[in-house]
Amino acid sequence: MNPLIEYRGIARRFTTRRGTVTACENVDLTVNEGEFLAIVGPSGCGKSTLLNMAAGLLQPSAGAVFYRGDKVPEPNTRVGYMTQRDTLLPWRTVEDNVAIALELRGQDRATRLRMAHDWLHRVGLMGFEKAYPGQLSGGMRRRVSMARTLAYEPETILMDEPFGALDAQLRLVMHDELLKLWAATKTTMVFVTHDLTEAVTLADRVAVFSPRPGRIRAIETVDLPRPRDVFRIRFDPRFGALHDRLWGYLEENVREGVRVG
Amino acid sequence: MDSLTAEMDQPRVGHDVVASARDEWLTVMAWRIGITVVGLGIWEGISGRLVKPFWISSPSAIFEQLAGWYESGDLWMHIEITMTETILGFVFGAVSGVTFGLALGLNKRLAAVLDPFVVAFYSLPKIALAPLFILWFGVGLLSKVVMATFVVFFLVFYNTYAGTLAVEQELVDVLRLMGATRWQIVRKVILPSVLLWIFTGMKISVPYALIGAVVGEMMASNKGLGYLIQASAGQYDTAGVFAALFVLMIIATGLHELLKQSEKLMLRWKEEST
Repeated sequence: MNPLIEYRGIARRFTTRRGTVTACENVDLTVNEGEFLAIVGPSGCGKSTLLNMAAGLLQPSAGAVFYRGDKVPEPNTRVGYMTQRDTLLPWRTVEDNVAIALELRGQDRATRLRMAHDWLHRVGLMGFEKAYPGQLSGGMRRRVSMARTLAYEPETILMDEPFGALDAQLRLVMHDELLKLWAATKTTMVFVTHDLTEAVTLADRVAVFSPRPGRIRAIETVDLPRPRDVFRIRFDPRFGALHDRLWGYLEENVREGVRVG
Repeated sequence: MDSLTAEMDQPRVGHDVVASARDEWLTVMAWRIGITVVGLGIWEGISGRLVKPFWISSPSAIFEQLAGWYESGDLWMHIEITMTETILGFVFGAVSGVTFGLALGLNKRLAAVLDPFVVAFYSLPKIALAPLFILWFGVGLLSKVVMATFVVFFLVFYNTYAGTLAVEQELVDVLRLMGATRWQIVRKVILPSVLLWIFTGMKISVPYALIGAVVGEMMASNKGLGYLIQASAGQYDTAGVFAALFVLMIIATGLHELLKQSEKLMLRWKEEST
């Protein structure tokens, strides 16, 4: 497998009024082409920082990030980014939001709308093409975001807790949709979450981070066959074993967090 | 049987909701008209009995004054002058305010350099410049247009500039990652998101455009509603002052309504989202 994104000796410090905060340090991580990598860790451990670096929106304080062997350009236009917060353009209709990347590339309106409708169909949002994001529910907006990110087929997709704000049932539905859509495209995925179950359900490999300053505790391969039934896979004994092992790395931190907090 | 009655109930419930909304509206309107009639009645009643008409005039005298101006053609002439000054001032001020606001918003270095000058001029009470403008541009239309322009410019400029600073970086970043050029980001993210701020600036500046024009007229002129107020007061003609104020009130309300409607049209996405 070809390495696509390489983090080498990464550290990132932020200067605040109270002094310097180290978000993460000593991070060495390789994302292979075509894989689905999940990064799990407590909040504030610098997971999002790593995604921002891969996108070329943020520079490491130490070390370097490489994309296909070269330093990550600013910005890295080969990645699509789906953030935790909503980044749909509120003044554009749903179809125009999904079609925006093609619009930027100068595609004619008929072609890009056909593509947008195709994607809205795939995420189950036919009939909402002319709606504005503000008229949709949180789950529907996430679907639009997903369609927009997948629609222009970026080489890599970065997802930062994309379903964090949704309720548990809806999250499962979204996992199911995401895996189906991903299977059809085979894009490289880097998925950040604090939910271990979500990580194991979706990913090929899971990297567990420690709390701030974030360091890699462990990286494990998820040996569960695909396609996966996201609604049932939690009950697979192999899932349980892997979840237990990964939980072991997290547990210490969680307990520490309780003591400190 | 149950389902039948349920179906029969359905439209009646909907009808009741519509009816009660209309009733509510009628009640509100009745109260408004009532307050107006009672207020004018009291005014008419105490004028000449409890308070000398010299101080408060009376609704009937004001109406007569308006009718007199209307017949002589003075009313339209003065309105036209004040409106021309206001509209020209508003248009020039808004256009230059938006342009300058965007220029500074999109050019951090320029904004940093000009910041103290902008703050200094912004803090200055603009009305205090009226004598200077009259000195420079004479007692005619031009000095009032400049006055209104100046007032509107700062309000619109300041809002536009603040709007560019409030653009969500995440929206910009997402488009940058999609490979958008600088100009595409301006057109597809910054301008639409600043539009709301520009409209707010314009909406609050409309009455100020009118103020700028009227204040200029009151200081030195021989036409316009400000002149009418000043001239009437100079002749101790209270009815004339009130009549001119009434016309100003109608104009200001009309302008405000006009802008509200155009905002609704331009920002349809916001209207439908709420």
